[in-house]
Amino acid sequence: MGKIQLTAVRKSFGEVDVIPGIDLTIENGEFVVFVGPSGCGKSTLLRLIAGLEDTTSGVIDIDGKDATNLPPARRGLAMVFQSYALYPHMTVRKNIAFPLKMAGMDQAEQDKRVERAAKVLNLTSYLDRRPGQLSGGQRQRVAIGRAIVREPSAFLFDEPLSNLDAALRVGMRQEISELHQSLKTTMIYVTHDQVEAMTMADKIVVLNAGRIEQVGAPLELYNFPCNLFVAGFIGSPKMNLIEGAEAAKHKAHTIGIRPEHITVGDGPWEGVVGLSEHLGSDSFLKVSVEGIGTLTVRAPGEVHARHGDRVRLAPAGKIHRFDATGLAI
Amino acid sequence: MSTHSSRLAARLMVAPSVALLLIWMIVPLAMTLYYSFRFYRLLSPDRTGWVGFNNYLWFMNAPDFWLALFNTLTLVGGVLIITVILGTLIALLIDQPVKGQGLLRILIIAPFFVMPPVAASIWENLFMHPQNGLFSAVSRGFGAQPILFLEDYPMLSVIGIVSWEWLPFATLILLTALQSLSSEQLEAAEMDGASAFSRFRYIILPHMTRAITVVILIQTIFLLGIFGEIYTTTQGGPGSASTTLPYMIFKQAIVAKDIGRAAAGGIIAVILANIVAYFLMRGLGRNLDS
Ligand SMILES: Nc1ncnc2c1ncn2[C@@H]1O[C@H](COP(=O)(O)OP(=O)(O)OP(=O)(O)O)[C@@H](O)[C@H]1O
Ligand SMILES: [Mg+2]
Repeated sequence: MGKIQLTAVRKSFGEVDVIPGIDLTIENGEFVVFVGPSGCGKSTLLRLIAGLEDTTSGVIDIDGKDATNLPPARRGLAMVFQSYALYPHMTVRKNIAFPLKMAGMDQAEQDKRVERAAKVLNLTSYLDRRPGQLSGGQRQRVAIGRAIVREPSAFLFDEPLSNLDAALRVGMRQEISELHQSLKTTMIYVTHDQVEAMTMADKIVVLNAGRIEQVGAPLELYNFPCNLFVAGFIGSPKMNLIEGAEAAKHKAHTIGIRPEHITVGDGPWEGVVGLSEHLGSDSFLKVSVEGIGTLTVRAPGEVHARHGDRVRLAPAGKIHRFDATGLAI
Repeated sequence: MSTHSSRLAARLMVAPSVALLLIWMIVPLAMTLYYSFRFYRLLSPDRTGWVGFNNYLWFMNAPDFWLALFNTLTLVGGVLIITVILGTLIALLIDQPVKGQGLLRILIIAPFFVMPPVAASIWENLFMHPQNGLFSAVSRGFGAQPILFLEDYPMLSVIGIVSWEWLPFATLILLTALQSLSSEQLEAAEMDGASAFSRFRYIILPHMTRAITVVILIQTIFLLGIFGEIYTTTQGGPGSASTTLPYMIFKQAIVAKDIGRAAAGGIIAVILANIVAYFLMRGLGRNLDS
């Protein structure tokens, strides 16, 4: 079980409306990712679901029951914090067993569950250490272990990987995905990271200033962004947005072309290369085109263009069209 | 501070202050030690000489000695228990967000700025006084006999006064410890199903052990030497009921004008302090390592 339903949930801190009103349904077993710019209210929304903040108004249903006024412990959810929030004076074993101890479970059952979680997370040889003696990735795993032993109806993750280095992030990302496959428990995951969002999510929720801009599967958001904000936010590097005469040709106020949907070589647009970055697998070019502006181009492999070169570009892929209010046409 | 030369430089830099501190400590100690083996009474300054351990023997055989020792330890222990427990509770209380928090904190810290004899006088005359005191007024208000605090419960009264003075210190240290606890840890515990009491017992208290240890160690040092409060209120009495080791030394030195015996008492007090420090460090010292 783990269906979570938000109805007209609002949150304000004093005068400030951080979340002006959100309706959202998270199905049982789904992996939902909240993305959005910094300060848009992702953490606040997660904390509202967890019960760590009170809603100003609105209803939160968990498993079909009204949980709006339930204390965090009674909601049956587990949270993994960005800072891990491990208990520094307890060993790994005690950390993981803490929720079980609080639930009054007998010692034998506690040990069994801790051992099982430790095995899943490769923590068995660290059980008697303290959090201070672990690496970042191991701490992260302990935090996850503490969450899974309770067998919650949903997991909440608040940017759990943002303190890890790039290589470790990739590894942990896969581990969390695998965990989701094997547990089949609802997971709500907050992140800044495009790649995490695209690779892990069943459903992405794009937030902006406390409002939901769009909800959908990763590729749905990539292929059919419903407005300018989502178009600009999903995808890396950002989609090129062009206004004016060029847009009018397509009967739109603004058109958007993803950097990977522009080819270098021949084409209608001519411009000067401002910046070129060569990653080996890809080349990123910033080209200023007369009458259009600066376009970012992502070309596969090596492209021999340097600062100051003139190149010709052609659109080769979907052109997204938006009206004057920013909505997709 | 890891290379050989930087360690050497560090030692050289610290050396002058270490030397100064050593002299500062060793000279008075050596003089006390010297006098403790001498016959030296201010009333007969001409008669001097070595007396071996006689001063020590006299001091330890004095009728009040064991009582004074007991009183000293009771005072230290009683004040520690009261200040640590109340300090923790008050720190928990004023850590809550309330209106006028700044003013509240200043009020709670205020007693620390009152000088010990003044504090003792205030308590003696405004609170505990059998005729004019607030407590006796309250007792009479209930139709009861006023309690004669300083006559009937001298040690408890002194402990109360000293606790009042030291409570702000304990509260302040414990409050800063409390504020350094990450709120995410408490939230995590809340999500893990810990009740308010469990959160205190398993998260807050372990986090505060180091601060509590610091409070105990620092207060012990100062409490072993408490003198002004006793001098202003009970004068060690009635009889010798509230005489502590420092007060006994004071009586030898200033009232009996026997410097030799007072010095012996001083050395005994130093030994006692070291014994206490040894057991404290053995019991609590590991709390100080991170
Ligand atoms: N306790 C609080 N009191 C007042 N304002 C708050 C409080 N907590 C958050 N806010 C405000 O609410 C807004 C949303 O904050 P939130 O932490 O949810 O952002 P976020 O999307 O998680 O950002 P980030 O990606 O940087 O973590 C911010 O503008 C923040 O200033
Ligand atoms: Mg956040």
